[in-house]
Amino acid sequence: MARNLVCDVVIIGAGMVGAACAYYAARAGLDVIVVDRASVAGGTTGAGEGNLLVSDKPPGPELGLALLSERLWRELAAEQFGAAIEYEPKGGLVVAQDEKSLDALNAFADGQSRYGVHATTVAADSLSDLEPHLASGLAGGVFYPQDAQVQPALAAAHLIRAAAGSGAKLRSAETVTQLLRTPSGAMRGVRTSRGEIHAPAVVNAAGVWGGEVAALAAVALPVLPRRGFILVTEPLPRLVRHKVYAADYVADVASDSAALQTSPVVEGTASGPVLIGASRERVGFDRAVSLPVLRRLAAQAIDLFPVLATVNAMRAYVGFRPYLPDHLPAIGPDPRVPGLVHACGHEGAGIGLAPATGRLVAQLLAGAVPEFDLTPLRPDRFTAASMRAEAEAC
Amino acid sequence: MLIRRRSKAASAPRTPEQLVGARPEPAFALHIDGREIEALPGHTIAAALWRAGIMSWRTTRTGGEPRGVFCGIGICFDCLVTVNGQPNQRACLVPASAGDVVTTQAGTGREGGGE
Amino acid sequence: MNGAAAKADRELRLAVVGAGPAGMAAAVAAADAGIAVTVVDSGSSVGGQFYRQPAARLRARAPQRLHHGWRTWRALKSRFDRQVSAGRIRLLADHHAWFAERIGDEYRVHALIGPEQQHSVIVEAGTLLLATGAYERVLPFPGWTLPGVVTAGGAQAMLKGSLVLPGREVVVAGTGPLLLPVAVGLADAGARVKALIESADRRSVARLAPTLAAHPDKLAEAAGYAARLAAHRIPIKYGHTVVAAHGRDRVEAVTVAALDAKGQAAPGSEVWIPCDSLAVGHGLLPHLDLALTLGARVEEDAVPAVWVDSEQRTSVPGLWAAGEATGVGGAALALVEGEIAGRSVTAWSQGPQRAWLDEDHARDPAWSHAEQKRRSLRGFFAAVNAAYSPPASWTTRLTDDTTICRCEDVRAAAIRSAIADDGANDLRTVKLLTRAGMGWCQGRMCGPAVAGLIAERDGNGRATAIATSVTAPSVTAPSVTATSVTAQRPFARPVPLGALAGLDQAELDLVAVDGAALDVAEPDVAGQEEESTNE
Repeated sequence: MARNLVCDVVIIGAGMVGAACAYYAARAGLDVIVVDRASVAGGTTGAGEGNLLVSDKPPGPELGLALLSERLWRELAAEQFGAAIEYEPKGGLVVAQDEKSLDALNAFADGQSRYGVHATTVAADSLSDLEPHLASGLAGGVFYPQDAQVQPALAAAHLIRAAAGSGAKLRSAETVTQLLRTPSGAMRGVRTSRGEIHAPAVVNAAGVWGGEVAALAAVALPVLPRRGFILVTEPLPRLVRHKVYAADYVADVASDSAALQTSPVVEGTASGPVLIGASRERVGFDRAVSLPVLRRLAAQAIDLFPVLATVNAMRAYVGFRPYLPDHLPAIGPDPRVPGLVHACGHEGAGIGLAPATGRLVAQLLAGAVPEFDLTPLRPDRFTAASMRAEAEAC
Repeated sequence: MLIRRRSKAASAPRTPEQLVGARPEPAFALHIDGREIEALPGHTIAAALWRAGIMSWRTTRTGGEPRGVFCGIGICFDCLVTVNGQPNQRACLVPASAGDVVTTQAGTGREGGGE
Repeated sequence: MNGAAAKADRELRLAVVGAGPAGMAAAVAAADAGIAVTVVDSGSSVGGQFYRQPAARLRARAPQRLHHGWRTWRALKSRFDRQVSAGRIRLLADHHAWFAERIGDEYRVHALIGPEQQHSVIVEAGTLLLATGAYERVLPFPGWTLPGVVTAGGAQAMLKGSLVLPGREVVVAGTGPLLLPVAVGLADAGARVKALIESADRRSVARLAPTLAAHPDKLAEAAGYAARLAAHRIPIKYGHTVVAAHGRDRVEAVTVAALDAKGQAAPGSEVWIPCDSLAVGHGLLPHLDLALTLGARVEEDAVPAVWVDSEQRTSVPGLWAAGEATGVGGAALALVEGEIAGRSVTAWSQGPQRAWLDEDHARDPAWSHAEQKRRSLRGFFAAVNAAYSPPASWTTRLTDDTTICRCEDVRAAAIRSAIADDGANDLRTVKLLTRAGMGWCQGRMCGPAVAGLIAERDGNGRATAIATSVTAPSVTAPSVTATSVTAQRPFARPVPLGALAGLDQAELDLVAVDGAALDVAEPDVAGQEEESTNE
């Protein structure tokens, strides 16, 4: 490199969260450079379904972020991105297999409703109006009209393209090897495989590798991978209209177990294939395909939609959700390293929560007070003891 | 031997069957979109269609372009066709049987079974 | 036979995926040494692509007229059949392997039973040989999706297996030695082959002369093809390429142009050739899906191929590979590699981790003979593959509206945009942003073209190297197992969700299949031993 680059903010990671940070920061007039070791959506973003969900979140800070994001996604779609990123405000349908599960689901939805979630009870005999191919014999469900979907890789790419329109630059196939500090310890930029980029602010949007980026600044951030598989079917006509999942999914998401959990999550896509999830395991970065997991996903999907039995699975893919011990992301400035802002650890909700994350990070970078209280998400909230316990649990 | 070596292209056989001295078992009929065509025992669906001069039996999902056999060995999935109501069969792999009902496909091949 | 199958539980068993030359040779070598072998193949009979036979009920009395190396085939087939009759080889024909896994010391191959492919069975064995063969690479050009444009190997397969032709007036084009038998075979069968368009120039093919001279059998084969091309009055145009196929509902003509030193179509050299079909191919690519799923090392030389040691062992214990899966080199090489693999498996059966090498094979004449033959043939095909590499600058002939991904109808413009505007520099990112490679064939057809477009941007091939990293990177150890033309595909072919969901019952199915499968060995259809014009 002939000379060092200079900008206002370096964003590490061109996944969905990094793209959203770049988009809002560039729109706020900041000079942004995004650096990614691979290219757009090379990590968890490219391995997800693109869910924008409020339905699976209990009242709390994550639900607040989700509701803010839901509004921002609608704005983004309406402004310019809608069709290009396959934005579909199709709604989510959560179904209960028995009365007990239905009661729990209704209670959960009641709690959410008080915080602005729209939720409608669907009687058993009305489920087929929403999903004609749904199995019979279900106890009932709840419909969440705010749930939506995007194609995540396209969403990341288009947000970065739009950011580039405001002057941001994407540097792909470039690995950050070092975080540069001033003598007082504040951020001064990054060293990469191709040179140095100087900036007073660095955003850690490295997703599941966010802990490793934090380590470059000698601070701990216990982001760990939680593996998930997705089955992809052959292209189909619209057999599945909404995102449909079983009520036990919510319990799996919130679980702390390292063991395999699977609960059926089935949805159609704008381009034809049906996506089938969701599995959760803590097995490190093991990419090996697990046939038992795929078998369970297939069986559970057929239980919900018997019509899928003769449909072909064309492929399966694996991804690693970046999770933190309390299942909340780390968003905000790191008090230990002035100039370092974290935006990672969104677990399975990174696509949905990305616009809110990007907007809040941009507000921080611009010196404004974020419109959302980030205290519960502060990156230094994990004590050494809690991190040790977590490491041992793995 | 009944088949003698032929040394000159000028006297070459005019068909593949003549080349290898084939005496196929009796032909049978199958239907494609209601039209009856003749197939030979041992043929795949694709072979039967080629023999009847039919080179395409599917249109693509987005562009509506005609497609037929491309790779001929089951890798490319271009020759997908509906056989006896089962969509997305590879014509180059599925053996033809007497009375088969072959239906040309459009889109995903499952539109009729969808919404 | 059920008794023998039950007894086999305590013996070393070998599963072979692929009943082409390599798989058959390995199966026979292992079975001769008393190993219980199960051969899984998607075809209705053995032989693979190279020895594909006319369907039995077509009752071809002289199938050798479509083949080269007939006597070798007859010998292999009769050895194979004898072992099937003896119960040492179990042939599972019409079984489409879609997944392989290693559980403890056992391999499991999952296969769908054809033709419906709605039920899956499991083949379990202590050792596994992948003889999965190759498929054809076709580099796109405008019009290549028209009906009547088929792969050269596909035209040959349809002819050999079903005795049908893609048309009456055929142009054969692309690059590689496969084009010669395809053109001759089509002409023998009555097609008018209007031209053989070979992109390699005459000089690079001529440079093969010393290599050929060192292989008299190959020289005779080449001379034989030249004579028969002449007899059929088929013109060969070296250093030419099909720049476009034309037609509405099927191909009606192709435009052929001369290539200049940079691989560009020379202006003014275009010739219009009316035809009703085009058989086109640019060399072969190994099937790597099962090998990648099992974690076997894959290396990219001329093409990505499974790495094997001197005994055809892969990097994974108990897993062998032979034939085109380990590098494209034709049937004769596949046969000798298969034999070496089969003997190596036999040595393994003598004790844990034993190798043929440990059996003092250096003094075994069979070893030195096989080893020498393999080295010679590999050398020969290295020279051939170098002479017939696809033309440089071929991507410049891709107009923006040329279809690249046939399944998802993705055009060159969209892929170029993802590369230029989004910084996509690997197959996976291009796939995510454009859908190229997401369709039914899972990128097998478009992979080489997308890799070419990525390389086109840099112009110096730098992107080709980056394109090898198709799996998501991790900070510590980027898993660069896949290559520029192969994304890792966990399923070697689509599998019905019902079959996947029912896997816990699949073993029960296998018992039922066992008895039936033993009767699959098809009757010998070609009784005659007449000397073929092909030999």
